[in-house]
Amino acid sequence: MAETQGPRLRTIIARNHRWDLIIGTIGLLATTVGVLVLMLLFVDLVIDGWQRLTPDFFLNFPSRRPEEAGILSAWVGSALVMVVTAFTAVPLGVAAAIYLEEYAPKNWITELIEINVTNLAAVPSIIYGLLALGLFVYILGLGHSILTAGLTLGLMILPIVIVATREALRAIPVAIREAAYALGATRWQVVSDHLVPYASGGIYTGVIIGLSRAIGETAPVITIGALTFIAFLPPIPFTGDPPAGPFDWLFSPFTVLPIQMFNWLSRPQTAFHVNAAATGIVIIVATLLMNGIAIWLRSRIRSKLKW
Amino acid sequence: MTTTDTGGSGSLSSPYLDRIRTMRHVRNGKERIIEAILFVAAFCAVAVTVAIVAILLYEASTFFEHVSLVEFLTGTEWTPLFERARYGMLPLLVGTVVTSAIAFLVAGPLGFLIAMYLSEFAPPKLAEVLKPFLELLAGVPTIVYGYFALLFVTPLLQKLIPGLPGFNMLSAGLVMGLMIVPYVASIAEDAMRAVPMALREGSYAMGATRFQTAMWVVLPASFSGVMAAFVLGISRAVGETMIVAIAAGQQPNFTFDPREPAATITAYIVQVAMGDLPHGSIGYQSIFAVGLVLVVITLFFNLIGQMLRRRIREVY
Repeated sequence: MAETQGPRLRTIIARNHRWDLIIGTIGLLATTVGVLVLMLLFVDLVIDGWQRLTPDFFLNFPSRRPEEAGILSAWVGSALVMVVTAFTAVPLGVAAAIYLEEYAPKNWITELIEINVTNLAAVPSIIYGLLALGLFVYILGLGHSILTAGLTLGLMILPIVIVATREALRAIPVAIREAAYALGATRWQVVSDHLVPYASGGIYTGVIIGLSRAIGETAPVITIGALTFIAFLPPIPFTGDPPAGPFDWLFSPFTVLPIQMFNWLSRPQTAFHVNAAATGIVIIVATLLMNGIAIWLRSRIRSKLKW
Repeated sequence: MTTTDTGGSGSLSSPYLDRIRTMRHVRNGKERIIEAILFVAAFCAVAVTVAIVAILLYEASTFFEHVSLVEFLTGTEWTPLFERARYGMLPLLVGTVVTSAIAFLVAGPLGFLIAMYLSEFAPPKLAEVLKPFLELLAGVPTIVYGYFALLFVTPLLQKLIPGLPGFNMLSAGLVMGLMIVPYVASIAEDAMRAVPMALREGSYAMGATRFQTAMWVVLPASFSGVMAAFVLGISRAVGETMIVAIAAGQQPNFTFDPREPAATITAYIVQVAMGDLPHGSIGYQSIFAVGLVLVVITLFFNLIGQMLRRRIREVY
């Protein structure tokens, strides 16, 4: 019996191993598709747009003549919007996360908040644009301003900051909290003196990832009506005549990098497409850099922190 | 405690105790204020949801005073900005369904294979190198993917399919699929990793290969998590805006042919927002009406996805 079964068994085993190899190879190929697409994207952009990446490109305003057009108003706008976004999302997100992780009692209100945070993370970004258009632009009368855009993107990345902060807080051992409580510290003293400092690495990571999402986000900013020709910079505080107030820039019309790119991309002339590619390089370098920093920061925290 | 054995506890302790009491009182007050502030911040999440729903319902309700719900949901012509306005949103819905379906056909199998490879096949060292790349891919802004779809993938497809127009749903859907791959892969991989090692060890001990273990042990155990990845991926595709607005064109077109240009719900919102429509006009309100539909669809998928995701956690 063994003589007849042996070879059959061996062919079955060989076949199974072959399948294993085939599926493993397909899996590896599928995974490298991700890497390949990323490289293809980048190479395509660089081939199309690198010749426009001169200092003038960063110092010129958009123009009707593609070879003179630049992204000065766009990158300044992006930077200022990011400032507002960070000032919205960081305090709100970190505070919300601290509440949910350290304070919240187990009841239906907490449950409701948790469900909402999860769902907000999955709401399409353009819906935040509609919210901003109805609420910030018209009901609150903030207009098509830097403030509106910053608040919108801030709300959009709020779930990212909350989730990252909660994960960082959860990673801190209970013993740290117990030690502080044993010395008579109040809950807020425990949070502000121990938990937040220890969690700061994880919080930074979450904030950077959130901002990298916000800087490339186009749809909500278009929806609030920012797609206009902007050939000026927001007022610098205390300059000009009459002198601008310290917060006048918040209410200034603006444009951001992805919108400038979309603007150029929607034109039929290929010369503008080259500008779009160059802007794309700037955006992708900014986001990849931010993501890279976040990934590096996270791995460093993981390897350095041993509780 | 030292005060009790001196006998003069009353005279010694009362000023101290009073001070401590007032200090504690102030401290507790401060603690309560801080807790209240933190609670308000957390409750913002609820407020944002309520605000979204309220704004959409408010603007859409004025829209539906002019347009019948039946026409909106069953009409096959969407021309709210024309002189002879028609408000049937089926063309937008079909555009959304077609592009999302193409995206899913790319992201579903690829995402599943990647998840299975990373969780069951890849040496841990290699997985650690590959995963950050997937994360970076997920971080690329959608406007860049739109550029890629319009000026790289479409010309490529035009060589394969003669007569393909410059704007088409196929290219937008394919690129959207690539964009969602990392998202699907990471959720599915989480689900597979959550399967206890003992199950795999049992399978290996019976002489199963990796593929057999992955297919007949890990996949059934993580099935609802993998389904959650698919459902949440579809939800992402439905809500995605820039890729379709750039590469699929912005003209509503009632067709299931992926080679044709068509507008999705999101692309229509972008198109209207770009033109300066007066606040309160019916065109302005129409984007809130279709936005409401978009929210309902994505919410439906998200709730199913969350439910499926929670199920895997309960089993073990």
